[in-house]
Amino acid sequence: MDNAPPAPHDYSLTGPSSRYALEHGLANAEWYRAPIPRARMKELMKRSDGPAIRDTIIWIAAFLVTGGLAFHFWPTAWSIPFFLAYGVLYGSSSDSRWHECGHGTAFRTAWMNDVVYNIACFMIMREPTVWRWSHARHHTDTIIVGRDPEVAVMRPTVVLRVILMFLGVPQVWGAIKSMVRHAMGRLSPDEADYIPEMERAKVYRTARIWLAIHLAIIAVSIYAGTILPMLFVGPLPTMYGAWLHIVTGLTQHAGLPENVLDHRLNCRTVYMNPVMRFLYWNMNYHIEHHMFPMVPYHRLPELHEAMKPYCPPPYPSTFAAYAEIIPAIIRQIREPGWSIARPIPREYPAQAVPAE
Amino acid sequence: MPNWIAACSLGEIAPEDVMRFDHGGRSFAIYRSPDDEYYATDGLCTHERVHLADGLVMDHVIECPKHNGRFDYRTGEAKGAPACVNLKVHAVKIEAGKVMIDVG
Ligand code: FES
Repeated sequence: MDNAPPAPHDYSLTGPSSRYALEHGLANAEWYRAPIPRARMKELMKRSDGPAIRDTIIWIAAFLVTGGLAFHFWPTAWSIPFFLAYGVLYGSSSDSRWHECGHGTAFRTAWMNDVVYNIACFMIMREPTVWRWSHARHHTDTIIVGRDPEVAVMRPTVVLRVILMFLGVPQVWGAIKSMVRHAMGRLSPDEADYIPEMERAKVYRTARIWLAIHLAIIAVSIYAGTILPMLFVGPLPTMYGAWLHIVTGLTQHAGLPENVLDHRLNCRTVYMNPVMRFLYWNMNYHIEHHMFPMVPYHRLPELHEAMKPYCPPPYPSTFAAYAEIIPAIIRQIREPGWSIARPIPREYPAQAVPAE
Repeated sequence: MPNWIAACSLGEIAPEDVMRFDHGGRSFAIYRSPDDEYYATDGLCTHERVHLADGLVMDHVIECPKHNGRFDYRTGEAKGAPACVNLKVHAVKIEAGKVMIDVG
């Protein structure tokens, strides 16, 4: 199924896989787009502030209620369920807020997107400028080995790493290393590949501010003689609340082909319940989002209806998606070149990868 | 030396919308603003080579369909990452019911 990169898989953005992608027409390529009429697309792309303001008010209220009750019951065991709920808001729902506001589609008003983007970035420990650029690359070269900096499950699968992702361990460890590196005024070679020169001063400045905030939280905790501030803000809630955004996030691409130029092959659309969709801001419509990233999250169900004839059948539930993902990523331990093949409607064939 | 070319007829573009116009191996984007003025820019985003005519016009901003980079189509000003390099704008005039753009 894959137009597999040369073995071994090299996910760095400056190595042989990157050269392979550039030489084989996989970078900055033309991707398949469903032929939705322009008039309908215009309706679907239309922005409004209302839905995101409503959802953000509910979101803030949920933080206040869960955080307030966790604080109230601290240090008894009764605080644990409230911390768990607070953690999901902090370490998981921030993923979708970061994402949608980064695209600039959640709100119509630009400053609202920027405010929520920066807050959510801090919660999920994704530096705003770095991740804006990495995510742009992810959209240009989705799951192209050597080009996409946001491949969640690299092959061959390292099962321990996947398990630790549910606890936020690799993400937070990576985020701390990046923050320190940027605070010292340096980028990794991969980051230098996708962050333009003119944006780098902003990266270093933000990292220094973030580092100062994190150190201040630790200092307050030590001074007050309690871990409580660190349970509310900083790496701990990012970690103890990470699990849900991994549950939802792995459904996006895990097990699906690398190096293809058709989002119907390397993304999943999965039906989820309204609570999950609120926390995840409808990113379960992931084929739709990748094909038309201009459509705000609250219009994705309508885009899904419009795109149905062109797409593989959606997964009926998160369980159904995992019934496919778990065996697939286990198989990819030994067979990194293998991947799941999605059924594309015959009348709308998959976008071909350029011939060698 | 201006080089005026008829890009489309008046009314061919809906208000607050954009249309692609290709000429001489180049691509342009022609805009009709909400206040019924016409503007023209280069047709491809300055971030990556993507046609802006597939994007969204909001007030006086064109949003690129690929990464949502935004430009003021009246001045070409890039409004923020990943749109960091300004767009080239082209002069527009209306003549005999046609939208003329200077492709020179
Ligand atoms: S191609 Fe236009 S913003 Fe990236």
